[in-house]
Amino acid sequence: MPAATIPATGDLLRPGAGGPGAGDGSFGGDGDGGRRPSPRARQTHRLGIWLGLASVTMLFLGLTSAFIVREKLGGEWAEFAMPPLLVVNTLVLLASSAALERSKRALAGIVPSGARPAVSGVEVPPAYNTWLLAAVALGLLFLVGQAVAWQQLSARGIYLSTNPHSSFFYTLTGMHGLHLLGGLVALGYLTAWRGRLPLLALRRRTEATAIYWHFMDGLWVYLLLLLFVWK
Amino acid sequence: MAGHAAVMEAPTGFIRKYIFSIDHKVIGIQYLLLALFAVFLGMVLSAFMRLRLAWPEEKWPLLQQIFPQGFAGGPMTPEFYLAMMTMHGTIMVFFVLTTAPLSGFGNYFLPIQVGARDMAFPILNMLSFWITFVAMAVMVMALFATGGAPIAGWTSYAPLSALGQVAGPGLGAGQTLWIVSIAIFCVASLLTSLNFLTTTLNLRARGMSLLRMPLTVWAWFTTAMLALLAFPVLLAGGILLLLDRVGGTSFFIPGGLVVSDQLIPHQGGSPLLWQHLFWFFGHPEVYIAILPGMGVTSHILSTFARKPVFAYKAMVGAIFAIGFISYIVWGHHMFMSGMSPFSSMAFSITTLAVGVPSAIKTFNWLATLWGGQIRFTSSMLYALGFVSLFVSGGVTGMLLAQPAVDVALHDTYFVVAHFHIIMGVAAIFGIFAGLHFWFPKMFGRMMDERLGKIHFWITIAGVYAIFMPMHYLGVAGALRRYAQLTEFDFLRPMQPLHQFITVAAFVTIAAQLIFVFNFFYSMFKGKRAGANPWEATTLEWIIPSPPPHDNFGPIEPVVNHGPYEYSVPGAAKDHIMQTAPAEEARR
Amino acid sequence: MPLALAFFFWAMALITVALFIARVWWLPELASAHGGAIDDQLVLTLVLAGIVFFLAQAALGYFIWRFRARGSERASYWHENPKMEVTWTVATAILFIGLGIQGNRVWAKYILTQAPPDAVTVEVTGQQFAWNMRYAGADGKFGRTDPKLINDANANFLGLDEADPAAHDDVLTQNLMAIPVNRPIGVILRAKDVTHSFYVPQLRVKQDAVPGMGIRVTFTATKTGEFEIACAELCGMQHYKMRGRLLVMSDADYEKWLKDRAAAQ
Repeated sequence: MPAATIPATGDLLRPGAGGPGAGDGSFGGDGDGGRRPSPRARQTHRLGIWLGLASVTMLFLGLTSAFIVREKLGGEWAEFAMPPLLVVNTLVLLASSAALERSKRALAGIVPSGARPAVSGVEVPPAYNTWLLAAVALGLLFLVGQAVAWQQLSARGIYLSTNPHSSFFYTLTGMHGLHLLGGLVALGYLTAWRGRLPLLALRRRTEATAIYWHFMDGLWVYLLLLLFVWK
Repeated sequence: MAGHAAVMEAPTGFIRKYIFSIDHKVIGIQYLLLALFAVFLGMVLSAFMRLRLAWPEEKWPLLQQIFPQGFAGGPMTPEFYLAMMTMHGTIMVFFVLTTAPLSGFGNYFLPIQVGARDMAFPILNMLSFWITFVAMAVMVMALFATGGAPIAGWTSYAPLSALGQVAGPGLGAGQTLWIVSIAIFCVASLLTSLNFLTTTLNLRARGMSLLRMPLTVWAWFTTAMLALLAFPVLLAGGILLLLDRVGGTSFFIPGGLVVSDQLIPHQGGSPLLWQHLFWFFGHPEVYIAILPGMGVTSHILSTFARKPVFAYKAMVGAIFAIGFISYIVWGHHMFMSGMSPFSSMAFSITTLAVGVPSAIKTFNWLATLWGGQIRFTSSMLYALGFVSLFVSGGVTGMLLAQPAVDVALHDTYFVVAHFHIIMGVAAIFGIFAGLHFWFPKMFGRMMDERLGKIHFWITIAGVYAIFMPMHYLGVAGALRRYAQLTEFDFLRPMQPLHQFITVAAFVTIAAQLIFVFNFFYSMFKGKRAGANPWEATTLEWIIPSPPPHDNFGPIEPVVNHGPYEYSVPGAAKDHIMQTAPAEEARR
Repeated sequence: MPLALAFFFWAMALITVALFIARVWWLPELASAHGGAIDDQLVLTLVLAGIVFFLAQAALGYFIWRFRARGSERASYWHENPKMEVTWTVATAILFIGLGIQGNRVWAKYILTQAPPDAVTVEVTGQQFAWNMRYAGADGKFGRTDPKLINDANANFLGLDEADPAAHDDVLTQNLMAIPVNRPIGVILRAKDVTHSFYVPQLRVKQDAVPGMGIRVTFTATKTGEFEIACAELCGMQHYKMRGRLLVMSDADYEKWLKDRAAAQ
């Protein structure tokens, strides 16, 4: 369905918008159960993912405030230099995001064919596949890179409990890694189901995953600045 | 529209229908049953607490046989008392007061009341229930952990909660399981609230503008917003606390601690940091417990007074104001903690400010009754009880909000009275009101009115007899979290009052069996209920009781009226359904 | 039913208020200089809260009885009354904020008062489950402490470093604190294991003792006698019997007590 029919957010305050069953419902299998697909479904997915990210933000804000308080207390706060590998990892993650963006855009141009476009399968364009796999590979590479960075640090004798700075380093990168792992599961889902999902569903889900994935990028850059640049 | 195109097929297998169901109604009932189990467990734990407080030295041979360790030597041991206290608080706050009003009723009725066929993300919804279930299971494991259940209180202040078994019994495996359970619970609550918010914003029926939503929906919506932003902060705190315990970090453990003559090898953490993280969540949590009750009460008062809710918009504004202000008052739990005295001043003012929207709500409830034709169903009795309890528990907030007065009252039974009345009992009355109100919709049968009324009378008299005297204890300086209050000269004279409270508590607890009997008996043997037994106006009452799998069947509800159009002059009936044709309101 | 419920709310409110007025259970007898202001603020707020409580319960009861359903009569239909709403919003806001400002003045006067130079300084360190008091002795200086030296078996509860000359005349007691009457006392609160809270009901003093922090409280006792020090923050299994004795005595008695203790050590 063309983007033009999607109601803007301002619409929420007006009566008469939407209707029952407007959302396509289930996370894992819309298009089944005879539910009507609707222009709202896309918005529902986006809203859901942004609300989820709001709570992710609060989680990291909580950890950030702990970081700031703990740093102010001083004491044994012994800051170690950033492992250079993290720069490489950052570039890998940014590249992964870019790849996912390309993959998402590969779906944008396609107009679904057939009388009931929303529920019919679609030939996934090769560009989508290529870039999606690239994003998955780069995402995995980032996590491997993070693991190597941990390895390097512990080889230097810097462990979780060594000092407050290292405690926060491992905690924050660990939490970020866990969230990224969640993103990889979503990417894995897209990879596995891309041929079987209706175009609109695939597009919605790719879009939602991309929002999450880009957010994780921004979060990573923020954490890097907090851990090694912010004073 | 094209016939039955919107109708969803109902699953047929038992497991998909009742266990791993994605139907918001089944999930709502699952949550309610989980909360019912939890509330009974929590109540039994409180009975143990009251037993020791009233007769600390008494020996209980029978109980000694059942709990050889908890009653080692005859009387209940202090660590058993503290374990009961910790688990009572935790189970009640998380698995009852968060689970029943928000996840239980919210799940069942929020989609119906906005005119949706299900939640926005049904599978996510199912996941949140089962994650909550796991959290509950882990918490029950904590109760039976090796070395005892945790004794650090539901607030689990560090460093007591961070040091492990060396700091006391139950602070080893029990405390670890406690933290893990809470962390799991946080995740479940996030998923639930995300679903609630999306559903409310995106799946409303045609004509269901925001200002036509029932106040229950507004309350659930605001509560979900609070949960979405507050639980992650607790999660952050929980992760750091867990790492302090098992990872050797020092987020909350200062350097140079000596516990039981052992030097603890930690360095430079901050105990106050845990308190800040905990209460940043903890205060919104109080409103997570009570806001749905406010919504339900408004809804029911209007229905049975046969009058529109007075000042609907002010009610919505007050819900939002309470929700917002609840984020900037957490420091009032820390007036005596060593926090900057200037922060205390700021937190004092914001805390008193939260009283303004709360007072607005009370005024509006009273004004809703004014000129009404009140029908005294048991549901209405509970709602009226809620108003009374909300006032009783609310006014004492005026004292506790002031750091100067807290010098006398902090951590005394005055605080115990305050929060039990307002977030415990009042919230429970909200749940009872909602349950008696919606039972016919959920199960297609009426609850027994006579049993409901008997239960109401014993319960309201009981809770006032339990909690009102605690104010006097608190003013006289009786300290909470004491396993007994006979070790101090200034506390000993209050013992008779403690015994009175214990007796009242036992009677009240016993009376809850009436409710349980009524609940399960009515489920199978109650009088059959029609679609709209209370002559109410909102969308859940236009569909059969119990509602079909897709809620509205082939109907697409179109909303033409506000939620509380009762006794409209000139209208044919004394209530106008939200879906009635627009002309019906005109003369 | 309506009349019974109305009576219930009225009776409950009456009994509650009456028991407060009768002061059957009441604040412990005051014995400090700053406590008067705290008590006044407490009573003022309690009276205002009591009035609000009583009026609201009375109105609730009255409305329940007055507006019970009568046959098939229809309820009156009214939605809002902006004038009334603004009035009570403004009125409660003024009441609450005014109370808050007044309360903050009392608080500021109490908490921001610094101990004058001639004040008696006592260091109080909480541990599971006892209070350790320390007086600086003749030199007016506390000796160095080190957690590594703490040894409960040798009664070195604070880890006092005997190598420090300032440590020699420090006077140490456990669960016993003596102070002179009518002289400002500066207490430095510490904790060596978990958080405790130093609470003397009659003095209207309550302050957490947090590990890693040294928190100062200042007060002046106005009555001689023996009082109890309780712990007001959950600190573990025997929290309920973490009891210390506080002896408030005349100046002369206090000096003698201190000298005797120093000599005995």
